[in-house]
Amino acid sequence: MLGFGETEFEAIALSLKVALTASLLSLVPAIAVSYWLARSQSALSGIVSAVVHLPLVVPPVVTGYALLIVFSPNGWVGSFLENTIGLEIAFRWTGAALAAAIMAFPLLVRPLRLAFEAVDPGLEQAAGSLGANRWRVFATISLPLAMPGLIAGLVLAFAKALGEFGATITFVSNIPGETQTLALAIYSFLQSPTGDEAALRLVLLSIALSVCAVLLSEWLSMRIARRSRAA
Amino acid sequence: MNLSVDITASLGAFELETKFEAVPGVTALFGRSGAGKSSVINMIAGLAMPTSGRISCGGRVLFDATKAINLPAHRRCVGVVFQDARLFPHMSVLRNLTFSSRVGGSTISRDRLDEIVELLGVGGLLHRNPTDLSGGEKQRVAIGRTLLSNPQILLLDEPLAALDEARKQEILPWIEGLRDQAKIPILYVSHQISEVARLADQIVALDNGTVVHAGPVGTVLASLDIDHITGLEEAGSLLVGKVVEGAGDGLSLVDIGQERIKLPGLEAPVGATVRMRVRARDVIVAKQRLEGISIRNQIDSRVVRLSDHNERYVEVVLAVGEQLLRARITREAAGDLDLKEDMPVIALIKTMAFDPLSGSR
Repeated sequence: MLGFGETEFEAIALSLKVALTASLLSLVPAIAVSYWLARSQSALSGIVSAVVHLPLVVPPVVTGYALLIVFSPNGWVGSFLENTIGLEIAFRWTGAALAAAIMAFPLLVRPLRLAFEAVDPGLEQAAGSLGANRWRVFATISLPLAMPGLIAGLVLAFAKALGEFGATITFVSNIPGETQTLALAIYSFLQSPTGDEAALRLVLLSIALSVCAVLLSEWLSMRIARRSRAA
Repeated sequence: MNLSVDITASLGAFELETKFEAVPGVTALFGRSGAGKSSVINMIAGLAMPTSGRISCGGRVLFDATKAINLPAHRRCVGVVFQDARLFPHMSVLRNLTFSSRVGGSTISRDRLDEIVELLGVGGLLHRNPTDLSGGEKQRVAIGRTLLSNPQILLLDEPLAALDEARKQEILPWIEGLRDQAKIPILYVSHQISEVARLADQIVALDNGTVVHAGPVGTVLASLDIDHITGLEEAGSLLVGKVVEGAGDGLSLVDIGQERIKLPGLEAPVGATVRMRVRARDVIVAKQRLEGISIRNQIDSRVVRLSDHNERYVEVVLAVGEQLLRARITREAAGDLDLKEDMPVIALIKTMAFDPLSGSR
């Protein structure tokens, strides 16, 4: 039952690589956008929020197709990246990571924005009056206090990136060893008449991975909560 | 180094138009809730922006509308103690105290830290978490944290308002100690006349965003038209004197200039300066000294001002040496005594009518 074949190993390793890259890739932009959304009173924030949440509501195929248009070797960003820094995205694992990052982005932003909104602006004012400039206020007060939200968001985003299917298969296709992540491998095995057993193994594995991720996040949040209580 | 404020701002309900100077020592920013006190504090601290005007401290301009100067809060060197303490919940008390040095706001020497820790009595709390502290302890830590940022102006925004009476009494001595040691302007926002009388050297009274009175605490409290801010029952005056004899028979003898008055036993040592507040309704006016009476204080004074802007009673301002004392008597009594300005009278005050607001300055 646990005898993973080479294709399956490749899919597992690739999925972890893609999910990790996607989470890290979206981390800094997500922090910036969530903080801005939490603190901004600008009328623009509604529009930004809608755009950020778009991948959550449009069919993943549509997101994948949009990525394909923009990032394919003929697309305007794709050709620019390839000509300037030689980075190929379409039909490569980097593309899978990009698709996963965009699909996971709203899941990272949502809890993070709520966490930033829960940070008392009075504490930021107090830090400012003690001589901390805006960056320092953010680094010493806002971000540490939003840490539980950040971790919850990261775990959600990681799990989403691990299982992303529609946008990935549309954007980077289903190439074993390059873009065939767990979800795509399960799909391929299910298409073949002899793949049932392999598909089941991967299904169980992906469930186990997701459960581990959630447990990890619970443990981290508990640690942070305990530390901030006992510090 | 004086703090000088001359600002206008639109606060929705009214136009704020405030102008005053604060010298080193405690200046009370006094007024009812909603008078604009906290707005003024926020504008001095750089947390809100006036529409026009100027705020400066010594030679440093913090805000000047005409020159488009508006220093950000972190560069103003203005320390604020907020009503709700605002300790950082994810840091220990010690890390809260030294926060300013970690973010480049100040440098804190070991000696200075020890000094502040001792001044505010927070030595036992250093490794505790802010959420485990009582309200009074939190406020002491907040004051220490602000002092350790080396402010050139200290703003205390109703630091006692969120505390119950026992906690207030616990923290007031620390603020008095602060007043006697700090050499910077301290603005103390309050709507409690007893706090103001106890702590302030100067008063700036605000009403609807405008300064209605400014001056030394004794003078402002004795002026008659401040009653609508203090509340009629609380209206009174402040006497300052030196303890000349310790408590014999449970009494202390206090020198207030030409006169000596008796107070309930004070803890203050001989030589210490004490402040005493007495309500206008507790002062009796007589034409001569009386005998066979329980009242211990019969003070020679002179009528400075009479007012009858209320039909039921007459407000009398008396001069006792350099200090002012207020008495509120019925219209009938004022008529019987035939009180006139400049007339010498005796002010009778029960020892027990004084609120001794200890203090060491």
